[in-house]
Amino acid sequence: MADGADPPGVTLTVDGAAVAVPAGSTILDACRAAGKDQPTLCYLDNLTPVNACRVCVVEVDGNRTLAPSCSRPVEEGMAVGTDTDRVRHSRKMVYEFLASSADMGLVDEQTVRWMSYYGCDPARYGPQAGPVEDRDERTAGHHRIGDGHAAETVHQSVKVDNELYVRDYSRCILCYKCVEACGEDAQNTFAIAVAGRGFDARISTEFDVGLTDSACVFCGNCISVCPTGALMFRSEHELRAADMWEEDRQTVTRTVCSYCGVGCNLDLHVQDNRIVKVTSPIDHSVTSGHLCIKGRFGYEYVQELGDLAVTPIDEVLRRARG
Amino acid sequence: MDALLGPPKSVWEGGPLQASDHRVSFGGYRRSVENRRLLLPALHAVQDRIGWISQGALGYICRRLTVPPAEAYGVAGFYALLSMEEGPPRRAHVCDDVACRNAGGLDILAGLDGRPDVHPSPCLGQCDRGPAVFLQRAGEEDAVLVSTTARRVAEVLDGGAVSAPSVAVPQAGDPSLRLLRRVGVVDPASLDDYRASGGCAALARAVEMGPDAVLAEVKASNLRGRGGAAFPMGVKWEGVARSPVKPRYLICNADESEPGTFKDRVLMEGDPFALIESMIIAGLAVGAERGYLYIRAEYPLSAARLEEALARMREAGMLGEDAAGSGQMFDIEIRRGGGAYICGEETALMNSIEGKRGEPRNKPPFPTQAGLFGMPTVINNVETLVNVIDIVLEGGAAYAATGTEHSTGTKLFCLAGAVARPGVYEVEFGETLGGLIGLAGGVTGTGRLGAVLLGGAAGMFVGEEHLDMPLTFEDARDRSAALGSGVVLVYDDDADFRDAARRIAQFFRDESCGQCVPCRVGTVRQEELLARHLGGARLEEDLFDDIAKVMMDASICGLGHTASTAIRSAIDLGLLEREDG
Ligand SMILES: Cc1cc2nc3c(=O)[nH]c(=O)nc-3n(C[C@H](O)[C@H](O)[C@H](O)COP(=O)(O)O)c2cc1C
Ligand code: SF4
Ligand code: SF4
Ligand code: SF4
Ligand code: FES
Ligand code: FES
Repeated sequence: MADGADPPGVTLTVDGAAVAVPAGSTILDACRAAGKDQPTLCYLDNLTPVNACRVCVVEVDGNRTLAPSCSRPVEEGMAVGTDTDRVRHSRKMVYEFLASSADMGLVDEQTVRWMSYYGCDPARYGPQAGPVEDRDERTAGHHRIGDGHAAETVHQSVKVDNELYVRDYSRCILCYKCVEACGEDAQNTFAIAVAGRGFDARISTEFDVGLTDSACVFCGNCISVCPTGALMFRSEHELRAADMWEEDRQTVTRTVCSYCGVGCNLDLHVQDNRIVKVTSPIDHSVTSGHLCIKGRFGYEYVQELGDLAVTPIDEVLRRARG
Repeated sequence: MDALLGPPKSVWEGGPLQASDHRVSFGGYRRSVENRRLLLPALHAVQDRIGWISQGALGYICRRLTVPPAEAYGVAGFYALLSMEEGPPRRAHVCDDVACRNAGGLDILAGLDGRPDVHPSPCLGQCDRGPAVFLQRAGEEDAVLVSTTARRVAEVLDGGAVSAPSVAVPQAGDPSLRLLRRVGVVDPASLDDYRASGGCAALARAVEMGPDAVLAEVKASNLRGRGGAAFPMGVKWEGVARSPVKPRYLICNADESEPGTFKDRVLMEGDPFALIESMIIAGLAVGAERGYLYIRAEYPLSAARLEEALARMREAGMLGEDAAGSGQMFDIEIRRGGGAYICGEETALMNSIEGKRGEPRNKPPFPTQAGLFGMPTVINNVETLVNVIDIVLEGGAAYAATGTEHSTGTKLFCLAGAVARPGVYEVEFGETLGGLIGLAGGVTGTGRLGAVLLGGAAGMFVGEEHLDMPLTFEDARDRSAALGSGVVLVYDDDADFRDAARRIAQFFRDESCGQCVPCRVGTVRQEELLARHLGGARLEEDLFDDIAKVMMDASICGLGHTASTAIRSAIDLGLLEREDG
């Protein structure tokens, strides 16, 4: 599509309007080409689709069930509906199911907009059950049966086991993105994987050992793909806890990492003249949004050199450093 | 471990450091992918030996197979029968599923309450002789107890000996039997007896005919799959046989875990050679070099008999480089499951063989295009495959003369619950539901039918008005039911359907793989809703329908699609209403 040189290979309709895309495109590509973006949660342009969340489903004429637009390849003559009753129902339910079982307070604005578009009401499953601390020990095929008066959740305490980032699995919607970023799609480190089964499935290191005892190399690529804020810079976590995280006062400065010759682009998020988080643009040809530990976390030297004036957030940041 | 994998070849695999190790590095992506398929057998080896997966053992497996520990941990914890915590060397898994719970399963659990070596279990495939118990014993073979008691279970857990229960079918000796003709009659351990009773003739005939002719007969037979989806077998076979891609695989799905189902076990225990013979015919017909037989771990006797049959057939030259004189290579490997219903779903099963978590894949692509290891794969149920013998011997057209136009041949049904003579019955397609229950001696208990759970937990409850329904795929479909895996679980009119519905909801919550949101959360919300209702609250029918609809529409696999059908049918039949209200 991008270069316009290849003649488009497949013609289909999206909500009745014809659209032509190259063979091998997904329905999502076709929807985007038709100017109709679709909600997604487990899909990201720089990761292999796992098609697990099902929020992107569309109705394909002649199919018994709905199809995940993020991964289903287009076929000639396909008729796709993105806003039918069935599609709206399934998307609403997926969002409701997730919001009734996890803390979605930090999802992006788009997701918030979609949720209100579909009229989500997570409260209709009853009051949410409180945090539990046994989720890492649960065994497949067994669960405690309740009376149904509280909606079971994934709420649990935050895992803080190192100075660089925290894991707040109360926010985890099990989108598999962090696993992919840690594994085959970026880092090839495989420090985390999905463990357990069913509702008790969770992201875990082997035997739930702390990150410092695992294979984690602290590249932080999992943080950058996480759609819910479950994985978060320790600095951001501490600032939020102190009620001092103010995103609208932060500036973002693009620069180039100075450590090695790869030349990764860095976006420095700065609040009160302090770097509070580092990301990389997902569309950058060198990084695709991924970094290594040095670019991601090795910024302390910038702010310690000669910068002696103590700002209000220094105390919190110092706490984050342990 | 080393018995399974051989000694480590270098320090990279966890062996002692040798001079050569300084110069050569093993490992890398390809190797890791190749080794990965040994992960589940390696985990089983550890579980069998020490009774749990210790951190040290997992670490060693990971070094040997170059698999990341976090991933191996994620795979191990997927399976209910792999224990991640140290515990007693013997563990009893007591069935409290739909058939066994009222046959004494709940009593056993109550009697042994508090013992750390006793766990409730979903259906163990012994529903006609419950209550059933599956026994894991570190350092010894696993075993099964049937029609048992709390006292007996305690005795065995404390070191008592167990002997395997024998297999029998109520219709044994009936000359009209086809699939069951040898079960309980011919010695399942003897290849000579198998041959003497007509065995291996079909294979010889198939080799003579050649793959194309066999395929043509299978297509002419119009045989449809018996694993639940009723897909025409010939279409599947043709897709793979005509594929230009190699290697290709054949899989026999012997995971049989649908609650209420035990027909495949009876075939495997009673006539193991027939299944191996069918698999060879199938493998040669579709040009597969390798076959996998994936059997649930709860069937130790079936697995032992199949291993034995496989060895005898291999000795007799029917497997290997030149299988049965065909000039084609074909061999079979038996794989054990790990206690996960979802691994019966065909693509989850493939992931399980590949050493991954048993999570179903999105379809398309279908297994015939990209199946096991991404290669074209035929996967069929045990019962489906065994039909091939008669198709080859009689010809497809003659085979199709039995049954109805769209449901050819005979079908095995699993009768259990409130019937006089529970067991596996073989009838021609077209027999009515009432006729089948009559064959099993009629309804016991109050003597009056309450409902039948048709097709298992993934099926539905049907009432008296269905007794005249001919048991065919098309009649079931016309009445929006399905034969599924052939479960006919009979309840009298005094049965506690509220309890049954709750057990079914629990089953799906426990067995969901957890991959997709509609099913992972939907099965939980469904169980909660039902619990509220059974606790006295008004049935929130709109919410139930909302949950059911998203599971049906947007789940990845059949588990989610069918997770609410049985409960929906119970609501429709008024079975969840309280007697006093
Ligand atoms: C959740 C689930 C569990 C299944 N379990 C089994 C099983 O235990 N045995 C089986 O033969 N098929 C099972 N199936 C059906 C298989 O996916 C597949 O359709 C079947 O093995 C194909 O064989 P057939 O065409 O011979 O029936 C299951 C399907 C689902 C969705
Ligand atoms: S931690 Fe974040 S990225 Fe990982 S699965 Fe959970 S929500 Fe997705
Ligand atoms: S982020 Fe890492 S890889 Fe990228 S330039 Fe910096 S040091 Fe090099
Ligand atoms: S429907 Fe259920 S069992 Fe099937 S893939 Fe989804 S979560 Fe897994
Ligand atoms: S975005 Fe397509 S399934 Fe999650
Ligand atoms: S063995 Fe207990 S219900 Fe099937």
